[in-house]
Amino acid sequence: MKSVDRRDFLKLTGIAGVTFTAGLFPGHQASAQAAGDFHFVQISDTHWGFKGAPNPDAEHTLEKAIVTVNGLAQKPDFIVFTGDLTHTTEDGSERRARMKRFKEIVSELNVKDVRFLAGEHDASLDKGEAFKEFFGATHYTFDHKGVHFIALDNVSDPGAKLGDEQLAWLAADLKQHKTDDRIVVLTHRPLFDLVPNWDWTTADGAKAIDLLMPYQNVVVFYGHIHQEHHHMTGHIAHHAAKSLIFPQAAPGDAPRRPPPPPYDASLKPLGTRDIAMSKTVTITEIPVTKA
Amino acid sequence: MNRRLFIALLAGSSAIGGAVRLAAQSKNEVEIMAMKFSFTPETVKVKRGEQVTLLVTSIDRIHGFKMPAFGVRTDIVPGETTRVTITPDKVGQFAFFCDVFCGDGHEDTAGTLVVEG
Repeated sequence: MKSVDRRDFLKLTGIAGVTFTAGLFPGHQASAQAAGDFHFVQISDTHWGFKGAPNPDAEHTLEKAIVTVNGLAQKPDFIVFTGDLTHTTEDGSERRARMKRFKEIVSELNVKDVRFLAGEHDASLDKGEAFKEFFGATHYTFDHKGVHFIALDNVSDPGAKLGDEQLAWLAADLKQHKTDDRIVVLTHRPLFDLVPNWDWTTADGAKAIDLLMPYQNVVVFYGHIHQEHHHMTGHIAHHAAKSLIFPQAAPGDAPRRPPPPPYDASLKPLGTRDIAMSKTVTITEIPVTKA
Repeated sequence: MNRRLFIALLAGSSAIGGAVRLAAQSKNEVEIMAMKFSFTPETVKVKRGEQVTLLVTSIDRIHGFKMPAFGVRTDIVPGETTRVTITPDKVGQFAFFCDVFCGDGHEDTAGTLVVEG
């Protein structure tokens, strides 16, 4: 599927948002590897259980987004949630109740290949214990149509570290791949220092980037910052997703992160994204629409 | 010790808005207490070029204390006093914050170091 076709298609359905096309896999044309084109949907930072002025419709936003994603005329191959599935609570029973309800809601997705990553709201207070009960491992790999996906966990350690053990696991996994293989990294927090003063970073993320740097075709999709954002570390692209709960302030120089901006539905601050993979990546933002 | 007590008293004074201002001395110390979800005092004022030691404690759980502008990062363990000594070499407002996720309000566990010329 060509990205322009998909963009036109989404316009016809009336839900197209901004489309961002990047030179995703700069070395892909030289690759001898045969890989099919496909697309998947990224959903991030649903924060199920949150209540507050930043989103007066918090109880229904996720359900509306699911209806929208189910309405895509071309079903994605799979869907990935990049963390903060639930809003944090210190009550372990309530945490599990939120995860249970979240899982019930997303079971309405008509795509059944769904992958989950944890965010700090899900996993930092109990080192991922409840998350693992409901969603399985916090870091793992899978392969899809010639692309190697690596899900990294930079939240189960409350200090926002990947940790030496996971880094060693990552290094061992990468050694099994050629330097021109197509690799997609999924994670919650930015691996790079986006705004260290706002804690928008991963304490040892630079070590992961160092391990990835020899590989020519790497792209990272993450969440955490509740807004679309694109950044390059060398040839590696990092794309942040919008949330489904409330937007955060844009990255800036303020010593402290400003509070979330006032809720304004007309700005379409929330949404999911369709990611079309071929020689390039085409990211199409999909706003939440009325169910 | 007397100076530390004096600063602690200042920190509780509403007349200065919770800010602590240090006079020029050879040894300056400021007590900072962490809890869910704040640092007290929230604003600490120091002078450029003068060494200051922050005596950081926690009253409830492990927090982090991170101040990227001066390369500071440490855990704060309840029952212990963590000493952080810096000599600010630049004027401005610099964030310090908890970088160990501590719950719903973690983002508010933060403060500002004001370095004056």
